[in-house]
Amino acid sequence: MLIAQFIEDLEHLPGPLPMHYRTVRADTWRRVAQAVSEAGGRLLSLWGSDRTRGASGSLVISAAYVVREGLLWLDLPLGERSVIDPQHPSYPDLVPFFPCAAHLQRAAADLLGVVAEGATDRRAWLNHGAWPANWHPLRRQDPHPGLPAAQEVTDYAFVRVAGDGVHEIPVGPVHAGIIEPGHFRFSVVGEKVLRLEQRLGYKHKGIEKRFTELPPLAANRLAGRISGDSTVAYAWSYCMALESLASCEIPERACWLRALLLERERVANHLGDLGALGNDAAFAFGLAQFSRLREDWLRLAKEAFGHRLMMDGIVPGGVASDIDRSSADRLFRQCDSVEREVLQLQQVYDEHSGLQDRFMTTGRVTPELASQLGLTGLAGRASGQAVDLRCDQPWAPYDRLQVKIATCSDGDVAARVMVRFAEISESLRLLRVILCRLSEGAGETRRELRLPAKAALGAGWVEGWRGEVFVALEWDGENGSNGIRRCHIHDPSWQNWPVLVHAVIGNIVPDFPLINKSFNLSYSGHDL
Amino acid sequence: MWRILRQIARNGIRSEAPPAGNDALRVDGEQIQREILAILGQALSIREVDAGSCNACELEINALNNPYYNIEGLGIRFVASPRHADMLLVTGPVARNMELALRRTYEATPAPKLVVAVGDCGCDGGIFGEGYASCGRVANVIPVDVAVPGCPPEPIEILRGILTAVRRGRQG
Ligand code: SF4
Repeated sequence: MLIAQFIEDLEHLPGPLPMHYRTVRADTWRRVAQAVSEAGGRLLSLWGSDRTRGASGSLVISAAYVVREGLLWLDLPLGERSVIDPQHPSYPDLVPFFPCAAHLQRAAADLLGVVAEGATDRRAWLNHGAWPANWHPLRRQDPHPGLPAAQEVTDYAFVRVAGDGVHEIPVGPVHAGIIEPGHFRFSVVGEKVLRLEQRLGYKHKGIEKRFTELPPLAANRLAGRISGDSTVAYAWSYCMALESLASCEIPERACWLRALLLERERVANHLGDLGALGNDAAFAFGLAQFSRLREDWLRLAKEAFGHRLMMDGIVPGGVASDIDRSSADRLFRQCDSVEREVLQLQQVYDEHSGLQDRFMTTGRVTPELASQLGLTGLAGRASGQAVDLRCDQPWAPYDRLQVKIATCSDGDVAARVMVRFAEISESLRLLRVILCRLSEGAGETRRELRLPAKAALGAGWVEGWRGEVFVALEWDGENGSNGIRRCHIHDPSWQNWPVLVHAVIGNIVPDFPLINKSFNLSYSGHDL
Repeated sequence: MWRILRQIARNGIRSEAPPAGNDALRVDGEQIQREILAILGQALSIREVDAGSCNACELEINALNNPYYNIEGLGIRFVASPRHADMLLVTGPVARNMELALRRTYEATPAPKLVVAVGDCGCDGGIFGEGYASCGRVANVIPVDVAVPGCPPEPIEILRGILTAVRRGRQG
């Protein structure tokens, strides 16, 4: 599959991964969607932006696709096409080609007031009534309307399932455990789930707008707080986007240090999840052991990087701090000890029949369904989708690491557990290679970033522990405005939340927490 | 089974001494337990409410359940319903979409209704501030007894905040 086959005159965006950009018209927008879908490419993200400047410019809808050669970012200006409704300019619907576009399109409608032509589901997604439906936070000219008082959120039109003995169980937004808020509505017969409908967006706090209010060289802190469990992945993506639009190449040592943080973040999350998954299957021993390992892991991070979750370690132009020889040694030794213990625990998990009984065949997503719905990241790999950016587009330093992808085709909770074990082991191997490299010498770890005195676009794209994290950044350096005009954030949870709905069908309600945990999707990264 | 036993035997007890509350005095676990009992007449039940956090505060609250902190051993437990809770542990700036749910949870909580706001976001809105979709700090929506700064605060700081609120609850 060649990008050039569907589209010419691509602009190459500077950056460590192959990323291409082009403005298109509606017919090309539709044609590319179809071609990418037929060629087995993926829709990575969809978002809207306000590019008006006084009387010129327009609203724009953008899509980012992943094809074999890399990323393709298309902009479709929505000028005078607003035949249907002048208030709401429209664009060709992508749902027929990519089902995962549905929620993204509803979010774009809430935030910018642009709609997909012929889209069947027009319910608001992020706007729960906290701001007026005819006011769009990402539009430029609209004055702020003043906010209505806190409203009831019961008017959402959930889809009803009719039938003998069918009843509904509403859960949330505040859940029983220490987890993020969201609403789940189960239609069940007896214990069996017939249908699950999600309502998300409770945590929407206006992050994308907030970016435009912060100085670009400090907004990496906000990026690191989009989804705290992926703080490293987001900080890296944001900084990559900023470096991309400034054509700044970061020092080699900074690349190695960034990968050190990213792989440690992956291990930290997998350790936490493996413990929680044991616990959700009534195996408290697993939680005690894995949470202890995770705590040790975070404590050493605090000593080596100054923060347990390594927040704000990645900064525009490089990294905030280097590690010395003795830290590198200790981090190395911890990889050895964690590896030993995880191997033992893996044997315990494998041999525990009660645990395996709960894990196997539970919450199954077949590879066919996964590919059809666009399941991505870790959950995708557990359903046979061999996609890992570290292998597919190995950017520095992954181009020197030869990451071994972990996949499984069973698509059940057991598969998602198995992929986590395999990824811990691979990340520990990578960490040791990285640490050896780092202890060989010193070097520059940060370069000054000069933002251009013109308008520019940049993109960042990183394989976080949950999947691909993407940042699209629009910079305005003209006439001294020097600000972020638009920052779009994409979490792999957008693709995976709708698939969770399918994973639950036919399972019993008490297995929902286990299935949900096995995906461990982000609410904050999705709600923004 | 023997593998499980071996793992337990090898790792032994990892729980550490709990931290002091607001006063500089370092108190031992027993004393904390006694205090909680004296004030509440029972174990401390906490309902955690994420009102819009980035989820890192939840990661650190969850860490309190690991063997190092052993909070169950101190007589503190997390409960599923506000009706059974003595305390709400609230994270995040309050997202406007969560405002009502947070108020409701507060109303449903019986006395003493202690509220601990966790993290810079809970204290003052943090990096998200106030905006069209964020109400900012927790105290803008419900009364707060103790606010624990940090982004995220470490588990030990969160525990300290909880104990401080329990003590203040007695004085107040
Ligand atoms: S205080 Fe920091 S860690 Fe906690 S929710 Fe806010 S941004 Fe996240």
